[in-house]
Amino acid sequence: MTSTDVQPTAGTGGLDVERIRKDFPILARELPGGRPLVYLDSANSSQKPVQVIDTMREHLMSHYGNVGRALHALGSESTEAYESARDKIAAFVGAPSREEVIFTKNASEAINLVAYAFGNPTNTDERFRLGPGDEIVISEMEHHSNIVPWQLLAQRTGATLRWFPVTDEGRLDITGLDELVNERTRIVSIVHQSNVLGTVNSVSPILARAREVGALMMLDASQSVPHQAVDVRELGVDFLAFTGHKMVGPSGIGVLWGRRELLDAMPPFLGGGEMIEAVWMDRSTYAPVPHKFEAGTPPIVEAIGLGAAVDYLTSVGMDQVKRHERALTAYALDALAEIPGLRIIGPRGVVARGGTVSFVLDGIHPHDVGQILDDVYGIAVRVGHHCARPLHLRFGIPATTRTSFYLYNTTDEIDALVRGLHHVQKVFG
Amino acid sequence: MIAESMYQELILEHYKRPQGRGLREPYDAEVHHVNPTCGDEVTLRVKLADGGKVQDVSYDGQGCSISQAAASVLHDLATGSTVEESLAVVDEFTRLMQGRGQVEADEDVLGDAVAFAGVAKFPARVKCALLAWMAYKDAVLRSQEAM
Repeated sequence: MTSTDVQPTAGTGGLDVERIRKDFPILARELPGGRPLVYLDSANSSQKPVQVIDTMREHLMSHYGNVGRALHALGSESTEAYESARDKIAAFVGAPSREEVIFTKNASEAINLVAYAFGNPTNTDERFRLGPGDEIVISEMEHHSNIVPWQLLAQRTGATLRWFPVTDEGRLDITGLDELVNERTRIVSIVHQSNVLGTVNSVSPILARAREVGALMMLDASQSVPHQAVDVRELGVDFLAFTGHKMVGPSGIGVLWGRRELLDAMPPFLGGGEMIEAVWMDRSTYAPVPHKFEAGTPPIVEAIGLGAAVDYLTSVGMDQVKRHERALTAYALDALAEIPGLRIIGPRGVVARGGTVSFVLDGIHPHDVGQILDDVYGIAVRVGHHCARPLHLRFGIPATTRTSFYLYNTTDEIDALVRGLHHVQKVFG
Repeated sequence: MIAESMYQELILEHYKRPQGRGLREPYDAEVHHVNPTCGDEVTLRVKLADGGKVQDVSYDGQGCSISQAAASVLHDLATGSTVEESLAVVDEFTRLMQGRGQVEADEDVLGDAVAFAGVAKFPARVKCALLAWMAYKDAVLRSQEAM
């Protein structure tokens, strides 16, 4: 697709960005020295609309109590709001049942929770058996949160950790799929959309092979659920992890979706209050899902805030969000390609990729790029390895500069980025 | 534009034309230091001579302009001086970097290294400036142990 004909500004492409920006008060603030804020770091964490802020504030002001255990009026209002957030999130990702939505503190916890179920002596379910000779499959483009929990699992159980390589273009290399995912494979866990490359991975061929060999499959959807319509029934995987703060919701709240029959078979991850059915001094029985996995007082207001975030995104329309970001990405890929000495790390086109674009500038370290962009132009990008060090090693680079777009970004902001990069080159040239 | 003042001309000069870069023989000790938050790294060798002199500081590494320029300035300052003098500069440089921009730099002690004063206002970048200098201190101690 050519990109220059798409101008995702107010009144075009269906998304009224100017109106949307009014929902995000932080975008209008000035930085010290009178610089306007140009926020291009939503893959790191997104900003929050007033609808989310007001919902959380209103709950704290008028309804707050503990959930699930307080019999008084506030307790039941809080419980109702908390559980209704679960309903909203279940509907948002197409979960067949609300009980399949587990609140965690982030996507990392969700992945750790699943990893904990494998090779666990308290879990006799055959699907979670894991030991020496068994294999776990991830990929080279994973965020550390989808690498380290599996490394820990391999160390605990003696299982072998294997991974899909990444092509020069930044795509998952599945040419060795049939050998890599085999009869010894117990779980395949890959990222849905890369937080560095922007690549959106095709799930179906890998899932088909996993099913063939009887392995389970998990998706790290932290970067996809905020940016496109995701339906777990359509995807067909077994587990899906994502986090609230990247989808206009608050931090401190994440989600694990899992197939009910698997969640039922899995052992509790954290023990504590509200995850039990009955407790004796020497043993306990556990609450049914989702509460089996929600030990202790949960992030109540954060969960309710995430419910409001889902309402907000639904009201805008996820297809609209995706279309807008695609137009921005096309615009940015074209504009960045014009900068001499700039190399994009990841797909150069908009097919099967999201609005996250990472790049290197010849002879200039990303930390220097980020510092000048921020300090001179108020442009917030992320620099470093973005918690994906193995991927950077794969490309033989220590770090990249990453720009990432969301529903509130404009082509003007991309123009500002391009001007900023030209200035960076002048300073260090 | 605070950061532009951080990127002093002298720092950019050292970044673009690093002094004494590259690992050389002979050496008494070699160390490898990394900054895990940004992936900057330096390998640094020290060769001591008679009379407490520093005969050579050679280094290689990768990182931002601040970390690479700091290694270059260190090379210029330490090579040919005495161990004692150079460690005094390291201490003064460390004090300046960790002073959050509130410390008055002693230019007589620091020489060219005074150009890094602006970095102290950026806590995230202080480690970049200190990377090679901490490696140097480590390498000198190991060299002395080896002697």
